[in-house]
Amino acid sequence: MKFGILVNEGPYTHQASDTAYQFVKAALAKGHEIYRVFFYHDGVNNATRLTVPPQDDRNIVKRWSELAAQHKLDLVVCIAAAQRRGLMDKSEAKRNGKDADNIAPGFRISGLGQLIEAGIQADRLVVFGA
Amino acid sequence: MSEENAGGVAKKFLYVNRKAPYGTIYALESLEVVLIGAAFEQDVSLAFLGDGVYQLTKGQDTKSLEVKNFSPTYRALEDYDVTKLYVEEGALQARGLSESDLVVPVEVVSAQRMAEIMEGQDVILSF
Amino acid sequence: MLHTVNKSPFDNSTLQTCLKFARRGSAVLLIEDGVYAAARDTAVSKQVQEALKSVSIYALKPDVEARGMQNRVMDGVRLVDYGGFVDLVVEHNAVQSWL
Repeated sequence: MKFGILVNEGPYTHQASDTAYQFVKAALAKGHEIYRVFFYHDGVNNATRLTVPPQDDRNIVKRWSELAAQHKLDLVVCIAAAQRRGLMDKSEAKRNGKDADNIAPGFRISGLGQLIEAGIQADRLVVFGA
Repeated sequence: MSEENAGGVAKKFLYVNRKAPYGTIYALESLEVVLIGAAFEQDVSLAFLGDGVYQLTKGQDTKSLEVKNFSPTYRALEDYDVTKLYVEEGALQARGLSESDLVVPVEVVSAQRMAEIMEGQDVILSF
Repeated sequence: MLHTVNKSPFDNSTLQTCLKFARRGSAVLLIEDGVYAAARDTAVSKQVQEALKSVSIYALKPDVEARGMQNRVMDGVRLVDYGGFVDLVVEHNAVQSWL
């Protein structure tokens, strides 16, 4: 079965990103397909490569990046939510005249239409939030 | 488009709104999804439960907050062919509100009817 | 339909709202702080027991264990792991997350 995943909260403050990650891992282990993971609201903060959690804690951002590399996951960060919260890829940084970008590997920035499309294309859409 | 959707069969999308505006961004960013989603020509409904009904109340004036009053946008939904707005009766009553306090025409439904509406959906988006 | 609840029932009315809209035969999965609703002998356990007559109630085991609740789960509430969560999503036509 094809799953779409929506993550509405950032890392660490709420458990939402952790639960979504464990769900995605379990779905992949069972042979299901993850059509897309869409990050919205503060969920866009899961995509910053500048997080440095303590060494004895999980690295939520890196964990998503690694899972994406391993399974060719499509991790999409909402552009409108990302711009509000200071998440940029190289081209967005350039377009907005910012001196840095901060998107972690495996994530891409795109529009809200990607969420709707995931709802249309996936057999199930599962929402994780606060 | 997948094969199932190649024939233009729309999915039933329900947006569940349970949060008041301004205190958090969920209501505004939910509305942004509805507006973008309208272009996909799916079968869209909006449900307002609990504090979600506060999104629709008349008289919102956000000048002093220096944030955008987005309540007029609900009136524009009709132009996007988003016309199925369901409000749970108990949520209005509990808040001392009635249909005439809302900025848009809605269908006020019982909890039981709302549960039926939810049950018939393909995709439920809650924020 | 599968409903998920992630809030403590002692701090938040989300579980009550969920049970109000969960139709007979649907499933409710308690996750994150929602698992506190699965405990025996609490202020909400009667309500949960009553709900069990018409809906199936599950609790996510990793969340139950993380909160030290493994020996307090009431009869009738079934524990599932993340794989079981995935199976529940597959088995039901849609998922309503009560955030």
